[in-house]
Amino acid sequence: MTASEETEHEAVSLVTAPRRRRRGNARPDRKRRGWGQTSEWRWARWIVYLILVAGAIVFIAPFAWLVSASFQNLSEIFSVSPHWIPHHFTTSGYRQFLNLGHLSTAQRGQGTGDWRWFTNSAFVATSVTILQTFFNALAAYVFAKREFPGRNAIFLVFLATMMVPGQVTLIPNYIIIKHIPLFGGNDIFGNGGHGWLDSYWGLIMPGTVSAFGIFLLRQYMMSIPDELLDAARIDGANEFRIFWRVVLPLCVPALAASAIFTFQAAWEDFLWPLIIISSPGRYPAPLGLALFVVRNQTSWNLLFAGSVISTLPMVLIFAVFQRRFIRGIALTGLKG
Amino acid sequence: MGGTWPRMRREWSAYVFLAPGLIIFSVFTVAALLFAFYLTFHEWNAIQPYKPFVGLDNYKEMIHDKDYIASIVNTVYYTGGSVPLGMLVGLSLAVLLNLPIRFRGTFRTLYYLPVITPLVAASILWKWLYNSDYGLFDYYLLKAHLIDQPLLWLSAQNLAMPAVILMTVWMSAGFSMVVYLAGLQSIPEELYEAAKIDGAGPVARLRKITLPMLRPTTLFLLVIGIIGSFQVFTQIFIMTNGGPVDKTTTMVFFIYQAAFKFYEFGYASTLAFGLFVLLFVVTLIQLRLYRRADL
Repeated sequence: MTASEETEHEAVSLVTAPRRRRRGNARPDRKRRGWGQTSEWRWARWIVYLILVAGAIVFIAPFAWLVSASFQNLSEIFSVSPHWIPHHFTTSGYRQFLNLGHLSTAQRGQGTGDWRWFTNSAFVATSVTILQTFFNALAAYVFAKREFPGRNAIFLVFLATMMVPGQVTLIPNYIIIKHIPLFGGNDIFGNGGHGWLDSYWGLIMPGTVSAFGIFLLRQYMMSIPDELLDAARIDGANEFRIFWRVVLPLCVPALAASAIFTFQAAWEDFLWPLIIISSPGRYPAPLGLALFVVRNQTSWNLLFAGSVISTLPMVLIFAVFQRRFIRGIALTGLKG
Repeated sequence: MGGTWPRMRREWSAYVFLAPGLIIFSVFTVAALLFAFYLTFHEWNAIQPYKPFVGLDNYKEMIHDKDYIASIVNTVYYTGGSVPLGMLVGLSLAVLLNLPIRFRGTFRTLYYLPVITPLVAASILWKWLYNSDYGLFDYYLLKAHLIDQPLLWLSAQNLAMPAVILMTVWMSAGFSMVVYLAGLQSIPEELYEAAKIDGAGPVARLRKITLPMLRPTTLFLLVIGIIGSFQVFTQIFIMTNGGPVDKTTTMVFFIYQAAFKFYEFGYASTLAFGLFVLLFVVTLIQLRLYRRADL
């Protein structure tokens, strides 16, 4: 919930991305930029490549090490000279961190993680993404295309809160979560139990609406022509049908962009789970990893394996959605 | 005014659509904000049952809290280092990747990879890289004879914050790069053509066209960069835990400790409002400076 500000802003760049991509494809046009086709450029080109390759190596080396070390045993990781390619390839770091398969007593003594940390993260991040995208879209549609008393006032309140950093609401939300009525042993007045503390509810619900996400989607929906909605109304479609069948399909690129960033933010959220979750069985992956560092300072092989697993979904989603996102723009043909 | 009620009835479905978002928003943002404000006027210890009203005492304590001021200084240090550096690296990469070269997409993806890495995973990785016994940095620096003995990256008082900054630059440069690339590609080609006819070289074109045209992008990155970096927490929690000797205790880390180590919810809320006010003022100043420079 709190890390979301940072990543939410990234959505801005993705919303403008289609324009970038399209022009980027117009290769002949680009050739004329920069130094052109002079001999001056022929030399400069090699220097540019040199800088870019050197930079890429610096950027990627930590990852290469991470992946390599995750397949090494502890003594190899601690060897005097680092092995960029494992000499004794092993998956024991992964098995131990996930606590899967048969583990020896020594391995158990080194400490184990829990595969549920990753399923917890997947469940929470997916729920947050689906609910937030849906709720954001509903609100954005109403703010963009409907006229009703109170609209501007409510929208203004949403806008005004966008400046407030998440840390301000962190503490009150902890108390609010604790006093949700009728949950976690609470009575109808929210007293007596622990409410949504230490539960999936507490992880999911506060993240299901984002003022920033609503704002972005609203801007996008403003560009949908009113005639389209009126035509659907004349055809006898009810309001929800218009939203579901006309508005949402036109917003797929924007929805996808905001969903990707919501998922990323939810997947790596750390401070909020750190505060409200106490049972190891309910840890999301970042919390499990971070507290594992605190408890087992030296089990680096497990930590590396856990880090790789928690990075993998983000890499996959990025690889898959980047393409889909761009194709979505081309298909809908909506203003890019 | 007269027609409000009929209009509300006619547009009832709009309220239904808005309801789920509005309810959640009201509870976890609006009510939470008001509640946070209420907390700042109370000595609200989560463990003590008695939570007395103390007026402005929390605010007075905050202003004179040397540790809080130190955390502000640390946060400013962190921001002053990581934001401009990340933007500079991002801009350089964007300018290079905007040239007509091969493998642009591949380079872009490689540089963007750290951005999508979960912060916790990246922090664990860099904690190891900085390790003074087995870490890669010290190993290669020693091997290259650039240093005589291992540097205590994360446990030396004057080195811990630069180490965290370096890690953050690695994490964030890819994001600046992507935003700058979008900005670069919106600069009209004609400007470059005209400059070329006037005999402007590549450096002159960069200085007189590219950089001025990128000013809105730079402002955008600066504003959100500062907002984001004032809220830094995860790297600190995992890599240094605020140490050594509080040298990396940033504002949010300090607030976290006040709230969930000492359970001083009232005081911690006051500190959080301090953060909010600070961010608000800094953002306002940036926008004002930007507008003035524009005239």
